[in-house]
Amino acid sequence: MTWGVRGLMVRFGEHLALAGVSLDAPAGRVTGVVGGDGAGKTTLLRCLVGAVAPGWGEVRRPESRRIGYLSSTSGTYPDLSVEENLAFAATAYGVPPVEARARAAEYLERTGLASARDRLTGHLSGGMRQKLGVIRAMVHRPELLVLDEPTTGIDPVSRADLWWLIARAAAEGAAVVLATAYLDEAERASWLLALDEGHALAEGTPDEIAAAVPGTIRTSTERPSGDASRRSWRRGARWRTWTPGAAGSVAPQADVVRPDLHDAVTVAALARELAVTAAGGGAA
Amino acid sequence: MWAMIVKEFRQLRRDRRTLAMMIVLPILMLVVFGYAASFDVMTIPVRVMGPAAERLAAALPAPFEVEEVDAAAGREQAEMALRDGEVPVVFLTSASGATVLLDGSQLFIATSTKGALSTLAGRAPAGLTVDVEVLFNPDLETSAIMVPGLAAMILLFVGTVITSLGVVRERQAGTLEQLAVMPLRPTDVFLGKIAPYFVVAAVDMVVVIVAGTWLFDVPFRGSVSILAIGALLFLFVTLGIGVLISSVSENQGQAIQLALMTLLPQVMLSGLIFPLSSMPAGVRWIGYVLPLTYFVEIARGVMLRGAPITALWQSYAYLAIIGAVVFGLATLRFRRSLAPARARRHRAPEPELEGSAP
Repeated sequence: MTWGVRGLMVRFGEHLALAGVSLDAPAGRVTGVVGGDGAGKTTLLRCLVGAVAPGWGEVRRPESRRIGYLSSTSGTYPDLSVEENLAFAATAYGVPPVEARARAAEYLERTGLASARDRLTGHLSGGMRQKLGVIRAMVHRPELLVLDEPTTGIDPVSRADLWWLIARAAAEGAAVVLATAYLDEAERASWLLALDEGHALAEGTPDEIAAAVPGTIRTSTERPSGDASRRSWRRGARWRTWTPGAAGSVAPQADVVRPDLHDAVTVAALARELAVTAAGGGAA
Repeated sequence: MWAMIVKEFRQLRRDRRTLAMMIVLPILMLVVFGYAASFDVMTIPVRVMGPAAERLAAALPAPFEVEEVDAAAGREQAEMALRDGEVPVVFLTSASGATVLLDGSQLFIATSTKGALSTLAGRAPAGLTVDVEVLFNPDLETSAIMVPGLAAMILLFVGTVITSLGVVRERQAGTLEQLAVMPLRPTDVFLGKIAPYFVVAAVDMVVVIVAGTWLFDVPFRGSVSILAIGALLFLFVTLGIGVLISSVSENQGQAIQLALMTLLPQVMLSGLIFPLSSMPAGVRWIGYVLPLTYFVEIARGVMLRGAPITALWQSYAYLAIIGAVVFGLATLRFRRSLAPARARRHRAPEPELEGSAP
């Protein structure tokens, strides 16, 4: 089964949050939605789970009891213990208690939360709360698992635990859609949609997106001057500059780099910005 | 400190509702409560019964205001009229004089009646005796009328103030959206949220009434089940008000302010402290749309006077009507809180203005 959205448009007042965005989320696949702040990731996810009614477009989602959702907060109750939070979710989703307890015990054990099962959620660290939030969202084995920036502000160990949970949900057959602002992490998704100011920039596997970068990217120690400075960005201690053109149109040279996902999404955003400027600056 | 002051002013300026409440509310309360805060009983409605009823009714001066004269009625009818709360004072005449029967559950009217009678005593014709008999609260003790009122206030407090924090807390914690996408109907969430408060308030109510009757010797003359029905109705109203406040508030501060805004008028204008009959008509009508007014009537009627449900049916009916309105509004508003956020409708997809991404 494939869930997703087609031609989604969402406008809050004068602000266009999503402009005709489409995304497929087939069962068993981890689909990532990447983009910077205000790109429209959260709005897309909220439309997908039914928390926002779009102004236009089609949303395909299972019935609410088959959806698992982690909002941008952990969605857990600080004055309930870890176990009580999970019990509430399991009961609300109609999971038989024995089954819910067994599943919760396994997830808690695997993510290092077993010893904290009786602690109040408000006393947990941010990473622990976030892991609990993901477990809560998947305790009923949803067909569609939607996670809004589950790994933001989380240490690498907890992040690995979270990815174990995400992979587990996909392996159990869930269509997983997750938003993230971290491109290194997005590479772990099987399929990506890059957003910028509500517009789809690129879509495909991380490798496909990286391979589709048009023109060339050069690296330098100094930021280029003149017009090229508008097409340059810092990567670590060096600068990268994009020169538009057809993909693979320049022969390999010492300063030409093979673009990765980070470069690809940056170039896509730059290309859109230049196109908007050329069209008269009237971004939709 | 300057930075702190500026920050607080900026926050306050943006919280328009709080600012409006801080400015408008004190003025409004001063005017309304200023008129309401009066223990002076200007008129005393009375019923005159017995063989000499016509003659006495014609001779009764102010502040007594004769509502009905019934020469055929006797002691039994007089007590029944007082018990059912039809009138607070009955003059029961006989050949040798008159007995004034007072409803002790209406403390201020009873006290004022006694005062008015003492000034009249000197002017009574020789040989005519006037006896005064206070029923239901013979010693005119304040605790007797306050304990049923306090029970009502506790229900009001638990039902409104505590419940008003429920939904807004979810909103502030970010869990409301989570609830909105869960397979729960708004009524499930609504009833689930108020059920614990309902139980706690009901237990509170029992404890207060038992402790009140035991510690202060307050009588309980009526039927427990009749009071329980009234308490349930009243509790539903207060819980509904709590949820309504919670669903229209943006933060816990606003919820508390709104809850207090509904509490204060009820305490001041319900007849709990100041008698309704002492209030000018322009203020009194507010009391008649407040649920506490009717529950105080029920609690005092059942506990002190042993009034049957037939005598209090109007209070039950008004409570039920207020409850239906409040619960209806609360459910609608709560449904809206859990409904998906509405984006602006588009007529048709707008064209992309810029070139396609690589």
